[in-house]
Amino acid sequence: MRTATRTPDRELLRDAAAIAAAMIAVGASFGAIAIAYGLPVWVPFLMSTAVFAGGAQFLAVGLIAAGNPIAAVLAGLLLNARHLPFGLAVAATVGSRWRDRLIGSHLMTDEVVAFTLAERDPARRRRTYWLIGLTLFTSWNAGTALGVWLGGATGDPATLGLDAAFPAGLIALILPSLRDGDTRLVALLGAAVAVALTPVLPAGLPVLCALLGLAVLFRPGRRGTAGRETQEAPC
Amino acid sequence: MLIAAILTLGVGTYTMRLGGVLLRDRLELSDHLQRLLPMAAASLLAALAATAALMDGTSLAGVARPVGVVVGALLAWRRAPFVVVVLAAAGTAALLRLAGIE
Repeated sequence: MRTATRTPDRELLRDAAAIAAAMIAVGASFGAIAIAYGLPVWVPFLMSTAVFAGGAQFLAVGLIAAGNPIAAVLAGLLLNARHLPFGLAVAATVGSRWRDRLIGSHLMTDEVVAFTLAERDPARRRRTYWLIGLTLFTSWNAGTALGVWLGGATGDPATLGLDAAFPAGLIALILPSLRDGDTRLVALLGAAVAVALTPVLPAGLPVLCALLGLAVLFRPGRRGTAGRETQEAPC
Repeated sequence: MLIAAILTLGVGTYTMRLGGVLLRDRLELSDHLQRLLPMAAASLLAALAATAALMDGTSLAGVARPVGVVVGALLAWRRAPFVVVVLAAAGTAALLRLAGIE
């Protein structure tokens, strides 16, 4: 998506502003929903700072409101298990200092990983990771506060089409890496597997099963066959 | 109980985030396996995008959202800026809903 001819940093700031605006709106709907469920005011705040993972927060707050906090923890952890492979992929970008690793890891989200992997140059990757990570953490928490404050007045984010904005944004960010034939094959296969399994598996597992797409790279007769380097898939 | 559940979820999520980052140093990966890491991330992100675009819980998401995502994806493919992609996807879905198409 990014070409060398564009001024890179202005573009990055503009993208960060766009995703921040969307995060505020979705964060507001999270805060409002938590309050509408009748949960104490501190619950959405603690979740948005300590968990900081949108999908898991929506899922967990629903299960907690239904009186099942243990299911909320298990389902949330399952949904967030993808951060382990994400961490492996962006470890070099986060940095080698302990301070950077301890703080940077908490900023890791789908969007941050997508923005980061869309960059080639290591220095730009690093700047992107921290800029987008800090922007998202700030806007998500500001949005949560706004939603708690406004309550039901925030409305449904679907009215604004935000439910379409996030997948479209992710697609825009991963498109450059899909120019690589192997990556394209693995990603399309993974996406198909995840969609097909969504009706039958609990939330979180279908996306993890997308890693099964990597198996096509190990099929017999393929150049550079992996031999003993078989990839462990979680399901 | 409530605070324990939220903190457990927070600590568990953080452990997985940090775990991947720290594990990367411990693993001595061949060049071939190193190349798989960004591919694994791209595959997970593609799966997230596809399921978020097409599914609502365990059933299909209807018309407005997938059409909005497709409009955004086409613009992204034509190398439109990120902001345009996101706004076009949201605008399309919102307008379709305004027209009564869910």
